Amino acid sequence: MVATREPAVVDRTTTLETLLQTPAGKRMMTCIQCGTCGGTCPYGDTMDFSPRLVINMLRGGFMDEVIKSESLLQCVACYACMAKCPRGIRLTDVLLPLVKEQVLVTHTPMPAEFQKSLENMNRYGNPMGESPRKRAAWTATAGVKIPIMAELKREVDVLWFVECYTSFYARGQDNSRATARLFNALGVDFAILGNEEKCAGECGQLTWESGLFESLAEYNMKVFNKYKFRRLVTGDAHAYNAFHFRYPMFGLTQPAEHTTQFLARHLDRLKPMLKKPLDLTVTYHDACCLGRATGSYDEGRALLQAIPGVKLVEMVHNRVNSLCCGGGGGGMWLDTYYKQKGMDRLSDRRVKEAIATGADVLAVACPYEISRFEDALKVVPHTKPIVVRDVVELLAESLA
Amino acid sequence: MNLYVLLKMVPDTVEELNVSADGQSLDSEFLRFKLSEPDDHALEQALLLKEKHGGTVTVVALDAPEVDDVLFTALAKGGDRAVKIPIAQAGLGTAASAGVLAAFFAAPGAITPDTLLLPGSQAIDDLEGELAPLLAAALNLPYVGVVCGVQAADGKATILKEFAGGLRAEFEVALPAVLGIQSAEKPPRYVPVAKVRAAMKSATIDTAELAPPDRPVQLDIARLYKPEAAGRAEMVEGAPADVADKLVDVLAKHSVV
Repeated sequence: MVATREPAVVDRTTTLETLLQTPAGKRMMTCIQCGTCGGTCPYGDTMDFSPRLVINMLRGGFMDEVIKSESLLQCVACYACMAKCPRGIRLTDVLLPLVKEQVLVTHTPMPAEFQKSLENMNRYGNPMGESPRKRAAWTATAGVKIPIMAELKREVDVLWFVECYTSFYARGQDNSRATARLFNALGVDFAILGNEEKCAGECGQLTWESGLFESLAEYNMKVFNKYKFRRLVTGDAHAYNAFHFRYPMFGLTQPAEHTTQFLARHLDRLKPMLKKPLDLTVTYHDACCLGRATGSYDEGRALLQAIPGVKLVEMVHNRVNSLCCGGGGGGMWLDTYYKQKGMDRLSDRRVKEAIATGADVLAVACPYEISRFEDALKVVPHTKPIVVRDVVELLAESLA
Repeated sequence: MNLYVLLKMVPDTVEELNVSADGQSLDSEFLRFKLSEPDDHALEQALLLKEKHGGTVTVVALDAPEVDDVLFTALAKGGDRAVKIPIAQAGLGTAASAGVLAAFFAAPGAITPDTLLLPGSQAIDDLEGELAPLLAAALNLPYVGVVCGVQAADGKATILKEFAGGLRAEFEVALPAVLGIQSAEKPPRYVPVAKVRAAMKSATIDTAELAPPDRPVQLDIARLYKPEAAGRAEMVEGAPADVADKLVDVLAKHSVV
């Protein structure tokens, strides 16, 4: 049995104290202590308290010890433990964030890089601390017109939630420019929020910072409620995760889709437009927030296989067994901490697997991975060149 | 200990700063304010002292945009009391600010024998760091600035002060005293947003009514302007081999190689 993510198992007010009274908490009482979670956890070997032990300590009333340790700083919210749990226990999205929150409250100081990112998300609505007034600045380089909701003043079919790394980070913007070209080619009726948008806050929720997540979710919901749109589409797997699972608890009623899901749904119309052959061997990295979190394994692969000349090869860990890039759950801002602890960077481990396939391209569908894998490729030795590209970048390149 | 932290709001340089049409002030249209960084360290130092020696931490600020958020954040971090003086900080020069704060501390009982006043050592709009010494002079209290560590015992404080060139010195000062804090012994702590939101719901900010200063500013700004570029970087363009040749020429020209 694999845990499915029906939202009703907890609500917004669930805390560590009330957890055992919720349906999700009651299921934790059925844990058989098999240890599959700790075994599948990419950092399970370095944690004092593996997910299995966390459940045992919770049931025994010894959570204080878990909270005092640094174990949970090593959880990258990759959903591996939850996807493999034979009892369907909601670890990644229910138990572990509630524990992490207590770690954050008790643990001072937090690793500096991580603390700064959370403070930036709170003040500027993005983790890098960029001016919120420059969020839509990338649109000037899009090559096509990007309508903004506040200026459009009408209902749109797609509200495209661009997100932080795809707005501010130079290589991340390639994703946005590609998405804009694809939407344009398909004639999608879309608009973005522009400078009104703030981080969806997924890393707040999965990380530890329920207050930060609530404040960002409440803000974004207020902005959503000003406009009319039929669906939310985002290229950020983490934002998609938040919109799909957590935002409905804040009143979101429109369906949310990741760009790969949206484009795969329109593949019949998109495929004839993909005329330029790319002649590349490509390996696809399953983003945790798409794959294990929501079972979305096929869309990215279907899109890649629609590109003429693309040969898809698989890494040794793929689909439900995919290895996390290490960026989730706050890991994006804990690299220095992991290095100090002498731990492997997961992105280094993952690019080794990509290199071993002999592929020309490591294709991704989450904006964290561009920077993580490009950085990893700088330090992991390899002879045959390999580059990191988002699926949408490859699709846009193949547009005639 | 009776610890006071003086909080000042300064322009947030994440937003571009522009000069307004009058040529004498910052354009306030997109200007945002945030807590001055040394003041954040002063708060951390106060919280560390409270954790070690007990006592209360009171944060005091003049009125400014977003200052309530900063005061509630200070309470959420462990401050005991927040006081806002409803006089706009924006219109005051450093001397006038020090005067208003001195009037606040002149109230009976404000300063006890175990009091430390902890302003930041300087701010981006007070690089000379005048606020702390002016305040100390007005209150007739001893002052040490550019402080990066404080130990307290027996009515005295042992101060670590930084000097240029990597030098540090230890001072002993009798309490009450004013210490301009450069950096706390630890980086300012993180406070979860949930705690700040809870403080906003449950805590209150006290108000201290004081007379506005007679002379809000003592220096008139003749002209405010952005630095003018004196020279520009030369971009070397072309194929890598050409770039390398040009680079060698440039380095030779400047006698680097």
